[in-house]
Amino acid sequence: MTDALRASSLEAIGMEKRFGALAALDNVSMRVEAGSVHALLGENGAGKSTLVKCVMGYYRPDSGAVVLDGHEITIRSPRDAHLHGIGMVYQHFTLVPSMTVLENLVLARAPGAGRIDWSAERARLDAFLRTMPFTVRLTTPVAALAAGERQKAEILKQLYLDARFLILDEPTSVLTPQEADEMLAMLRGMARSGRISVLIITHKFREVLAFADAVTVLRRGRLAGGGAVGALGVEAMARLMVGEDRIAEAAPRAARAPGAHLVTVEALEAVDDSGAAALRGVSLAVRAGEIVGIAGVSGNGQSELVEVLAGQRRARAGAVRIHGAPYHATRREMLAHRLAVLPEEPLRNAAVATMSVAANMALRRFDQPPMARGKFLSAGRMRTEAEALIARYRVKTPSPDAPIGTLSGGNVQRAVLGRELGREADVLIAANPVFGLDFAAVADIHAQIIAARNRGTAVLLVSEDLDELLELADRILVMAGGRVVYETDAAAADRMLIGQHMAGHA
Amino acid sequence: MRLVRLAEAAAPPLVALLATVAAFALFLLAAGADPLRAYGLIYLGAFGTWFSWQNTLVRAAPLLLTALGMALPAQIGLIVIGAEGGFVAGGVAAIAAGLPLAALGLPAVAVLTGMALAGMATGAALVAACGALRHWRGVNETISSLLIAYISIAVCDQLVEGAMRDPASLNKPSTRSLPDALMLGTIPGTNVHLGLVLGLIFCVLAYVFVFHTTWGFAARVVGANARAGRLVGLPVGRLILIVTALAGAATGLAGMVEVAAVQGAASADLAVGYGYTGILVAFLARQNPLAVIPVAVLMGGLEASGGLLEQRLQLPDATITVLRGLLFIMLLASETLQGRLRLTLRPRAPRAAPEPVRPAHAGGA
Repeated sequence: MTDALRASSLEAIGMEKRFGALAALDNVSMRVEAGSVHALLGENGAGKSTLVKCVMGYYRPDSGAVVLDGHEITIRSPRDAHLHGIGMVYQHFTLVPSMTVLENLVLARAPGAGRIDWSAERARLDAFLRTMPFTVRLTTPVAALAAGERQKAEILKQLYLDARFLILDEPTSVLTPQEADEMLAMLRGMARSGRISVLIITHKFREVLAFADAVTVLRRGRLAGGGAVGALGVEAMARLMVGEDRIAEAAPRAARAPGAHLVTVEALEAVDDSGAAALRGVSLAVRAGEIVGIAGVSGNGQSELVEVLAGQRRARAGAVRIHGAPYHATRREMLAHRLAVLPEEPLRNAAVATMSVAANMALRRFDQPPMARGKFLSAGRMRTEAEALIARYRVKTPSPDAPIGTLSGGNVQRAVLGRELGREADVLIAANPVFGLDFAAVADIHAQIIAARNRGTAVLLVSEDLDELLELADRILVMAGGRVVYETDAAAADRMLIGQHMAGHA
Repeated sequence: MRLVRLAEAAAPPLVALLATVAAFALFLLAAGADPLRAYGLIYLGAFGTWFSWQNTLVRAAPLLLTALGMALPAQIGLIVIGAEGGFVAGGVAAIAAGLPLAALGLPAVAVLTGMALAGMATGAALVAACGALRHWRGVNETISSLLIAYISIAVCDQLVEGAMRDPASLNKPSTRSLPDALMLGTIPGTNVHLGLVLGLIFCVLAYVFVFHTTWGFAARVVGANARAGRLVGLPVGRLILIVTALAGAATGLAGMVEVAAVQGAASADLAVGYGYTGILVAFLARQNPLAVIPVAVLMGGLEASGGLLEQRLQLPDATITVLRGLLFIMLLASETLQGRLRLTLRPRAPRAAPEPVRPAHAGGA
């Protein structure tokens, strides 16, 4: 820990990386000035993560060079990157939850074999923390920290490892808007003081505008443009990010009188996998022809709510009614109420990776005629029905017999969408339905959801993306701490107010 | 394409088989025997003559059924290794039902049917108990099935040496014997008992159940991804009970056949390892009920040729056991080849991502 530590500049020149036929990076260059905050902007799949993984040594670029402080360096592994003072904070957390912050930081420093002199380590860390603009309680187990505090501890860890160039991958995705602003302001302060340079991967314009000095925009593996944030503005950045393709309008929302209450959830309680209370008396109702959006920071009971409705988790108390009848997520009830579910991570939640596309598309109706004759399956009918859905939902697959696990994420999603919405649905439960999809697929799936609503389906849409909810929902509920804490009409919604309720202090 | 996939599925066990042949050759050399001559003897003893074929088929018959005891639960994602318990308990239950039925003077068909039902019900109850423990109490089914097998074998020994003991069996306790007239007959023109036919029928029925019925399809969905199964409302617990009960019924029937066609009475001789060899057969058949048939014949052949091999080459008694052990180890090792042997160029199924760190929600590329 010497005063000589100062921010590094970093330049990536002509980076190329191919995965088979796919050019993930095609001649991409980027320059990050020392002591600046630089944003790397792009849609999902634009090549942001690939570029950063090349810099961090997880991938070997096919060609291109990395120049640090004016000298070309070779990075063969993440270890090399660390030795050069390049650190990365990942989207998910890498600290050991059961250990204290102190233990985690000492562990990161890897003192090697032998006895650990805790008092010396503690003194060293205290001295280090005094040079930092923020702090985290060292003796608290990481598991007990809030998401924002954990993020801070991750950053501290990188700084303790002498990082002078810090890369953050979507650092605000797990934070409330307030936490995000606080963290970004802190990083900018440290960059201003010349301690570090910061590269943030993001797709949120608001954060770029408020906190970044310069921006590099990628699109489909190529450099789309960039420059000083002040000189560009939102319009220009948006055009660079999505290209000249016309941005699809949201499907026209048919004005319709709210229908009858189709789904009602009354005082629902459930526990999470560790047995802790996740739903503490959730009540809500969804009308026919209405999209009810559920906002919230992830981990506040939304996934458990979806799992209970989808039949993947048992409720401990409370009731769910559909069409006024008690609903216990049996196959018969799902069929009778024409329930459709678009869960997050479809390969984990809604598809069987090792089974064929045709079999996966039959999961809802394989035991109904015409796919079943009595108790016997008709593989032929299964295949022809799948072929029709594959054509209609433009699923790119070599054949209906290919294992669905060999398809790309977007095509798995489309196959599940085809299965769930290929027939009319009375009820649709969707959880982060467009996570990780490219722009065209997002617009497509959003249009399908709106179309279902216009046809009178009751839609419950859970999303971590507030913009998605504001665009699609008729009403928005906010969940925090396993309860519904706020409700607003989407048309009259106030973003800041929603943010405060998401954070649990309003 | 289908043939290519079939060949790729069969490739790992074939590789294991070849590696076993090579490793066993080294063992034979170390024991001072000529490997070529040894393999010649194994072939002669297993398939060389009509006599050895019959011997092989008799030994294959129980393996057809005990292998199903593992292959069926594997479809729903359970590794059940308790076939030996179902086999022994099924045999004891069959004789317990058969002796009073015989005393009533019923015809052979009725007595044998009663014995079969008793054996199957007992085996089904034992293995379904493991399934129930797994589903409702979270008990690992591999451990529980093994432990339940130990317990049921011990209880059966207790019965055979106590309550059910034939007072006339002095130094080797066994139950009273089924009258010869009531024993399960042989296939006409051979000395192979009808248990072989039962085994073949069960393997074909199991194959139809797994791959051509809605229950089998649902079971395979739950086995490969239970979360997806729940999402579409499949009754996971009920499916587990059905599949484990069927598996147990197959092992119980195997025990009944052993009593009704071979031994005539239940004794400690029932627990000679047909259940455990069935595990080997199921693995080698990659849990496919139809593939169980040729594999069971192959294993039956190995068992049948053991005596010849050991006598002619003056090898120790455990030589065939060594061969079986080698095969099992090679087989387990070959499982890691699954999906890596490719005969054509096709897009590869996404495996565990190459990068060391990956967010829980896989983000952008």
